[in-house]
Amino acid sequence: MIIISAENLSMRFGLRGVFKDISFRLASPSSLTVTGPNGSGKSTLLKIIAGLLVPTSGRVRMESDSDEIKAESRRKLMAMVSPEMNFYDELTGAENLEFFMKASGSRLKPEEIEEALNEVGLQGRGDDYLKAYSSGMRMRLKYALAILKQPEIMIVDEPSTNLDASGRKIIYDLMHRHQQNGILIFATNEDDEIAIANERINLAR
Amino acid sequence: MSELTWPAKLIALVVKDFRVELRTRYSLNALIMFALVTLFALGVTFTGQNLTFRIHAALIWIMIYFAGLQGLSGGFVKEEESRTAMALRLYAPSSVIFFGKLIFSLLILTILVVFLFPLYYILMNLEITRIWIMLLVLILGIFGLSATSTITAAMVSKANVKGALFAVLSFPLMLPLLLVAISATTVCLGGGDSQALWDSLKIMIAYPVIVTAVSFLLFDYVWNN
Repeated sequence: MIIISAENLSMRFGLRGVFKDISFRLASPSSLTVTGPNGSGKSTLLKIIAGLLVPTSGRVRMESDSDEIKAESRRKLMAMVSPEMNFYDELTGAENLEFFMKASGSRLKPEEIEEALNEVGLQGRGDDYLKAYSSGMRMRLKYALAILKQPEIMIVDEPSTNLDASGRKIIYDLMHRHQQNGILIFATNEDDEIAIANERINLAR
Repeated sequence: MSELTWPAKLIALVVKDFRVELRTRYSLNALIMFALVTLFALGVTFTGQNLTFRIHAALIWIMIYFAGLQGLSGGFVKEEESRTAMALRLYAPSSVIFFGKLIFSLLILTILVVFLFPLYYILMNLEITRIWIMLLVLILGIFGLSATSTITAAMVSKANVKGALFAVLSFPLMLPLLLVAISATTVCLGGGDSQALWDSLKIMIAYPVIVTAVSFLLFDYVWNN
């Protein structure tokens, strides 16, 4: 069982305080949604949990069967989907998936890549360069990478950004499935998405 | 799905960087164009003149340094500009990113020198008395410049004025290496004595090793903060 606990997280950018004293504890399987107006620090909080930003004070602790998981090992357990995160335009969709999986330590078979692309509705588009992808297809590719990684912890910033109705259905199914086995943390203000999570943190500006 | 070793992850990053580079020519075009223009200007200016060994040595390293400045910051800067750095941070270990980018810089600079040095040799009617030592000096110089540029590029990648900052930060760091590389090259071309060459080589061996070790220790902080 994986446990994530945030202890009194605070974040400032220069003189501007973003949020203060955020604490929570999640044990798998579970889910948490972070809500709040624009600029309240939802994406910042997710980045801190993912280890991409260091909080001004407080800390994020992760445990597996009571043993603390060190920072470098955390990334192996985690996948993140965010509109801020880009893949390489000069590579094809399949090459991007292959590269990121290799960088994180896993070699994939071509059929595994094809299967993940099928799952997010990108069948037959793996050999296209990313620069030919629409913004919705790019978002779907990020979910394909998250599927391939099979993470214990999935972090999603604005889950349905740029997605059409069929894309939303695919990722809502994925989020429902994930929260039954692992930990799902996502930031949104969409009512449909808020309803998916078991727990909620609301950040006020 | 099978597990990959650390060297396999490193190779994946270098292959990715080369694939992206070959499809965009982000660094190579800038490097080679700068080198060609400089070489042509030098060739026209100094035709028929008898330059001293030290001037030849200085011109060679100034060309390598300035051409390198055009392209060596590219690795990290492009990751930040195209917003791929976030995914890279999330999926690749810091040590793989550092050594991957270092190897990429090394290979880019090697391509530049392989292209530039023979052209300079022919155009300026150069004579090299210690050819193998000259090769060693070039290899050590490339290693030192790559190591310095890798950590400097990582530092400037999040700044607003990346190009100017890269030049300002890298110059004082690279200056000691450039000075000993010029001294060692002068001896290889026929000027100076063996003791001066040996003294320069000792510094040229120590410099990249120290810079790489210190950079590796600092990299996690620079890259993640």
